[in-house]
Amino acid sequence: MSPLRRFLRTPEAIAGAVFLAALFAVALAAPLFFPGDPQAIAGPALLPPFQDWSLPLGTDRLGRDVLAELFHGARTSLAVGLAAAAAALAVGAVIGTLAGFAGGLVDEVLMRITDAFQTVPAFLLALAFVSIVGPSLGVVVVAIALGAWTGPARVARAEVLSIRERDFVAGARVIGMHPLEIAFREVLPNALPPVMALSSVIVAAAILTEAALSFLGLGDPNRVTWGGMIAEGRAVLRTAPFLSIIPGVALVLTVLGVYLAGEGVVETTAMRRSLS
Amino acid sequence: MWVLSFGYESSFAPPSVLPDISPTRGVPNAAPKTWLSCQCCAMTRALILLRRRLVGSIFVLLIVVVGTFLLLEAAPGDAVDAYIVSTGGDAGMIELLRHRWGLDQSELTRLANYLWALLHLDLGQSVTFSRPIRDVILERLPTTLLLMGSATALSFGLGSALGIYAGARPGSFRDRFLSIGSLALYAVPGFWLGLVLIIVFAVDLRWFPIGGIESIASGKTGLDRAADIARHLVLPVSALGFIYLALYLRMMRAGMAEVWRQDFVLAARARGLSRQRIVLAHVARNALLPLVTMLGLQSAQMLGGSVVIESVFSVPGLGRLAQEAVAARDTPLLLGIILVSAVLVVIVNLLVDIAYAFLDPRVGASEAGA
Repeated sequence: MSPLRRFLRTPEAIAGAVFLAALFAVALAAPLFFPGDPQAIAGPALLPPFQDWSLPLGTDRLGRDVLAELFHGARTSLAVGLAAAAAALAVGAVIGTLAGFAGGLVDEVLMRITDAFQTVPAFLLALAFVSIVGPSLGVVVVAIALGAWTGPARVARAEVLSIRERDFVAGARVIGMHPLEIAFREVLPNALPPVMALSSVIVAAAILTEAALSFLGLGDPNRVTWGGMIAEGRAVLRTAPFLSIIPGVALVLTVLGVYLAGEGVVETTAMRRSLS
Repeated sequence: MWVLSFGYESSFAPPSVLPDISPTRGVPNAAPKTWLSCQCCAMTRALILLRRRLVGSIFVLLIVVVGTFLLLEAAPGDAVDAYIVSTGGDAGMIELLRHRWGLDQSELTRLANYLWALLHLDLGQSVTFSRPIRDVILERLPTTLLLMGSATALSFGLGSALGIYAGARPGSFRDRFLSIGSLALYAVPGFWLGLVLIIVFAVDLRWFPIGGIESIASGKTGLDRAADIARHLVLPVSALGFIYLALYLRMMRAGMAEVWRQDFVLAARARGLSRQRIVLAHVARNALLPLVTMLGLQSAQMLGGSVVIESVFSVPGLGRLAQEAVAARDTPLLLGIILVSAVLVVIVNLLVDIAYAFLDPRVGASEAGA
């Protein structure tokens, strides 16, 4: 059975994939449906959902359209999640490959640095980094990646340790390839599948971290974020709980979609073999 | 996952005689009765392990210190700027202070000074609180430890119990239900779960207080006070614990699924043991060990999670202090919190290693037996 057909046989994976596809569509279509500034005032303040059909999800404390904010927030969540995960996977794969392939002192030093990053709570590190450098989208991405690259690095190193003993690596040495060329052109591509299998977990964690950072007021102030919307709604938690609940539900569904689709991919492809 | 190198020990032969099998997962409990009686060897193994880990931990902490120093350097302004902002002073005084505090020296000298101060447990002065950072942190630490300890107990206890329940019958309805349910729970942001709990249990039902650690000026003492604190902790502990519960549930379940395939389970079945006994004494018991490792790895994440939970419930702990430090731009205080958390994580991991040596007779046995 082909991996795709196996993927289509697991209902959870399909649900995850469908939801993610819808989310991407929403993120891409946000400027079409809601052109202009989503943070502009659109109607009376604190309008409850399902009252006025031009503002289906109501308005927040300042009269901003919740649905428009939700759409634009999807863009931020996805952009930060994917960028941070890509950065973490790339850095992790490179460092893991270097450590595993070089061995000796290089390995020892790189792995102790990895230990150090795992010892510091990732969220505190992100908090400190953003508060020192200043909140912007790029800084948030780097801050999240700082705490997320260690997992991929460990997996890549373990994989490289077994790959470097194979015959084709010895062959590459014999024909006189530079060790760095062997490491990155021969070994790294072969070590990637189990590293990539971590990507769904890392994307999900990155989305959650971004939400928590913007909940604490450390997101990019010029962008709508779901975490920021929840923080905003918190001020009127007693009178208008929907303002905190709606973006939270969007977050849960997004992260769940990433998990389910990711699990489906891992389970139906060859990645599973190298994982276990 | 398996950072430790395992030797192989049995009650029949010294470890060196046996071939060096490196077991990966769910190895049958080789000597179920004998190792419990052998407390002294467990002690030796724990000590050997501790010694080896301590050396590594010191290096790791040194790297963390250098990292926080670099972050401190990268932050705009220095201690003198912060001091002058709060007290006022002229340019001459700034020069004088920079010189007296050693801030006009080279970076390496300053790093050495920083290390020297840390060795004397001096984390510097907090501008926001006008007090030594160490004192501020020590004051907040017990609350966070209480919160984290309770949340860990909740997630580990309930998570592994539900994991055993799901893993007892792999592939059954309850297994699938709990797997999906735990995944959904794992997708919930902790701070949002906290807010939802507040809406339901504090605002609507009024069962629990909305935040804080105890009733202000209630004059309660002794058991009354403990009960009051417990009532305040129910919601934050649930919010923090339920998120990580999913992790233990899934690990337990996955571990049990592996162990079910082992030959010794088949042997236990062939001996005609009851299903319940096989599940609890053979399968679950062997799948439990990786969860103990997770306990240590998870402590760093739990600390990070408590930052948000504490600020949602206004619990005056270390996490809330971190957020206050960010709001007040008190970088030295924030980095002090990071250092203390790193030390805390190292200590938790050392404790987990020791527990592991007592739980698993194979850990450290290769060195102890040699």
